[in-house]
Amino acid sequence: MVSSILPLRLDGAFVKRRGKMLAGPVDLDLTGEGVTILMGPNGAGKTTLLRMMHGIERLSGGTVSWAADEETARAAQSFVFQTPVIMRRSVLENLMYPLRLAGVAKATARKHAEEACAMIGLAGQEGQRATRLSGGEKQKLALARALIRDPQVLFLDEPCANLDGASTREIETLLQAAAGRGTGIIMSTHSIGQAKRLARDMLFMNRGRLIEHSPADVFFTSATTPEARAFLNGDILE
Amino acid sequence: MSDIWEGLQAAAWLLISFDADLWEITLRSLRVTLTALLIACVIAMPLGALLVLRRFWARRFVIALLNSLMGLPPVVVGLIVYLMLSRSGPFGVLNLLFTPTAMVIAQVIIITPLIASITHQALRELWSEYHDLLISLNTSIFQRVRTLLWDGRRTLLTAALAGFGRAIGEVGAIMVVGGNIDNATRVLTTAIALETGKGDFAMALGLGMVLIGLAVTVNLAIHWLTGTERAGRW
Repeated sequence: MVSSILPLRLDGAFVKRRGKMLAGPVDLDLTGEGVTILMGPNGAGKTTLLRMMHGIERLSGGTVSWAADEETARAAQSFVFQTPVIMRRSVLENLMYPLRLAGVAKATARKHAEEACAMIGLAGQEGQRATRLSGGEKQKLALARALIRDPQVLFLDEPCANLDGASTREIETLLQAAAGRGTGIIMSTHSIGQAKRLARDMLFMNRGRLIEHSPADVFFTSATTPEARAFLNGDILE
Repeated sequence: MSDIWEGLQAAAWLLISFDADLWEITLRSLRVTLTALLIACVIAMPLGALLVLRRFWARRFVIALLNSLMGLPPVVVGLIVYLMLSRSGPFGVLNLLFTPTAMVIAQVIIITPLIASITHQALRELWSEYHDLLISLNTSIFQRVRTLLWDGRRTLLTAALAGFGRAIGEVGAIMVVGGNIDNATRVLTTAIALETGKGDFAMALGLGMVLIGLAVTVNLAIHWLTGTERAGRW
């Protein structure tokens, strides 16, 4: 096992675009074990925060640091976007792509990709063009592709938005399996039910600020901020 | 009307009789154009991809320049290449004027901006689709270029075919730098110009038919070979 890139530390990190604060400043320490769920109303800055942590959003100030150098840290993370980015290739080639980038030999990459394909229930469709898959299948493919390099940390941005119950359950099963193998998962969601099912830790954002960070059981029974309590009650946060 | 009819008859006869001159001219046309196309693609496609990927200060200027160079008048290109390659020009010692190589050089200059511009347009769309993923995977600029070129190969084929079409039908530049010398630099287009000038419309039309047939055949062959428009592929 390579040395852990965790904990992740954010120090006054913020992103400002055209004078508008999109997220932050955020101070945060994440040990990243198990599933950490990020919640908050639309426009709270969840996506921006996830992208900041992953290092694909240019910071306007503050720092985001891992316990490893940047190269190592980036190689040990992956990101599943809200709208899955599906490459114009076959299902199998989509799965092989991150491995081939990392210099894995073609035959080995193919073997891993075939296993991943079976894992997401797409065995027998390896040669199909991936852009023709259904929405749920695309999201599963994106998830499997994100997991194929065995990342230490996996970010997901509302992976189950627009998915039906069955697809959501399949995604959650895959996520729990990955968490069981030791992958730290940080994901945003709008579904309180999903958060209750998966979360070990909770993060809550409102208006760009991270206002709550607590273990899931504490968060759901006795959230400290009125915003989080209102959100959990189903009130609409302005 | 009779000119056209005679032209068709002449074309048919040239084809049926496997006219040696016609073959030679046709093959030279193909060789010059395909060589130029290959070189232009090797230059233009990575250039088009880089223009999508790299944000450097002169980027907008280069794109605007490429777009305007698409309309470059071939005769002027021919003239400039002529001056460069002529005895007194900077590359005169290479002795390239009035050779097929000179024609290739002129055609490369004419079609490279065209191919680069179409490549740029096509890949810009693909990049906006792939952007987040390729950034997230921490790809190098080289890996990005490769991925875009490979996954965009369908649209790049269109770019190459546009380049081929412009090169194979081009006459102004290659007339100037090639000289339309029999058995050396005569190609279909220059031969047509010559026969028309001589008043031999039948021969000119015959050659024209062959030229059109050639362009259509190459297009069809490429489409067939790569399976464009076939279901289940892209």
